Amino acid sequence: MGASKLELVCPAGTPAALKAAIEAGADAVYLGLRDETNARNFPGLNFSPAEYAEAIRFAHERGVKVLHAINTYPEAGNMAPWRAAVDLAAREGADAVIIADMGLADYVAQSHPDLRLHLSVQASASTADAILYYIEQFGVKRVVLPRVLSVSEIAALNREIPCESEVFVFGGLCVMAEGRCSLSSYATAKSPNMNGVCSPPSHAKYERNGEELLSQLGDYTINRFDAGEDAGYPTLCKGRFKVGGETSYVFEEPTSLNALEHLPALIEAGVTALKIEGRQRGRAYIAGVVSQIRAAVDAAENGGSADTSGLRALSEGGRQTAGAYQKKWR
Amino acid sequence: MAGKNSGNGKLTLGPVLFNWPAETWRDFYFRIADEAPVETVYLGEVVCSKRSPFYAPVLDEVAGRLMEAGKQVVFSTLALVTQGREADAVRELGRTRELMVEANDPTALRHLSGRPHIVGPYVNVYNEGTLLYLAGRGAVRVCLPFELPAHSLARLAAAAGEELEIEVQAFGRLPLALSARCYHARAHHLHKDNCQFICGQDADGLELDTVSDQPFLSINGIQTMSHTYVNLVDELAAMRAAGIGHFRLSPHSCDMVEVAAIFRAVLDGGLGADEAQAKLEEAVPAAEFSKSFYQGVPQHAKAG
Repeated sequence: MGASKLELVCPAGTPAALKAAIEAGADAVYLGLRDETNARNFPGLNFSPAEYAEAIRFAHERGVKVLHAINTYPEAGNMAPWRAAVDLAAREGADAVIIADMGLADYVAQSHPDLRLHLSVQASASTADAILYYIEQFGVKRVVLPRVLSVSEIAALNREIPCESEVFVFGGLCVMAEGRCSLSSYATAKSPNMNGVCSPPSHAKYERNGEELLSQLGDYTINRFDAGEDAGYPTLCKGRFKVGGETSYVFEEPTSLNALEHLPALIEAGVTALKIEGRQRGRAYIAGVVSQIRAAVDAAENGGSADTSGLRALSEGGRQTAGAYQKKWR
Repeated sequence: MAGKNSGNGKLTLGPVLFNWPAETWRDFYFRIADEAPVETVYLGEVVCSKRSPFYAPVLDEVAGRLMEAGKQVVFSTLALVTQGREADAVRELGRTRELMVEANDPTALRHLSGRPHIVGPYVNVYNEGTLLYLAGRGAVRVCLPFELPAHSLARLAAAAGEELEIEVQAFGRLPLALSARCYHARAHHLHKDNCQFICGQDADGLELDTVSDQPFLSINGIQTMSHTYVNLVDELAAMRAAGIGHFRLSPHSCDMVEVAAIFRAVLDGGLGADEAQAKLEEAVPAAEFSKSFYQGVPQHAKAG
């Protein structure tokens, strides 16, 4: 393995971020429309249909692929926006659509059999049989693997599946199986699966309580900070909670995924593409992260390594973890 | 069989989601077989494959007893399958053709596609496209995801038509998330691989409060659940009218025979919803009831 070149797939939350990612060395960018059809449905992000067409033109002129994330679950009685997004991708010549919902995957397979189908991480296909199911049923060409697998499990999986695999290498870290988490939905009634938002800013607030600051999501306190502490954003699964009288980061600390230490092993495991999370990020962040990871990938493919120490400063809370890629994380 | 909209609606008992001692587990089901007015009983370990060996020696006995009592027995598959031996176990269940199986992930769907099966609530069925696609591949019943609001449930029930049965969880804590990491072990400073089966200490899950002492969630091994218990006893009539025919009661350590009897009485018209609500509060005093997902509103915190 490792004969073919790794594809570096980078987030493009805005046209500016798209340009930054491409200039910093992206092989492919992924993006979504400015609506509930994609899983980063935040104000000020994403692409209008006109910006979308321009993004594809800009990327293709530079030999960069555009992958269109349509990775929320269409609403009952309102499937039209998701189908329209698929139709747009086919019409404008996107290189692939990234889909989570089976009904929508079926629509792609039936209506646009030539449109390349990638299985979103939001589908959480974590076994060979699950992936084979999507290949057999819908002709999926690539699976974005859920962040619940260790490197050795990924290697074993790749020996059993006749499609490409894409893995997350840097950025936000879902500690729960993606596409199967209703924690934020429970606290805010805005669902990652249905509305494309997790721990949305519309429901985040801070409340001063004497010397301390409480961060809240909906009605619930997610963290408490002392006077000198940096107050982080109230992402539900990165909060401090009480269990059995002990207060701790019960699920995970505020941290970012950084799997670069596993790069040689991931290449060895036969992955096709590396994905950077962060469509909600600005241009400077994208430029910094993509260029460092580009250097790391190029070095790793030649058996070397690159200095990526600058990534720490771009991580949540300045902390990084390799997450489930290492078995001890569990 | 009459169409799914005839009769008063059916009650099902979901799989036990907690790590109960095997003897407790067996005796629980024996009593359900003898006394609970439920039509279907789902059996099997859905949360953590490490627990399965404890139930395995009594599984056949329990299934036999339930079938003798006239219950439909359904085997539920693991919700988060990652390891080879877990996938093998799912494949094995799928091969046993005389069993009715509830698929809780696409691993199971692959083995069940093309023959009658049930799609469990851990499979993302959010819209008519997915529902009808699955019906075309052999699904005879679909238990819908926990977070769907009433209008989506109704849309899906309408799209299902006469043949495909729709099920909704109407009682018990709601599963909210699954993880590769075991939070029960982590809370006890243990590692998943050497967890000492610490989740067995909490028959209904381990309480998680916010630092403002608001009861919020509960931990069940790799699963995170709501602190509140969903209770849709006063929505049964509306759901029946929408064409939903099956109502799932998720087992807790409270008197589930009593809970089932209350829901049964409401479905049969012998008990009003208000009275049922009062009886449930009495039967399960530890539970805080909720229907926030059904109503499509945020869960509101009760001060600790």
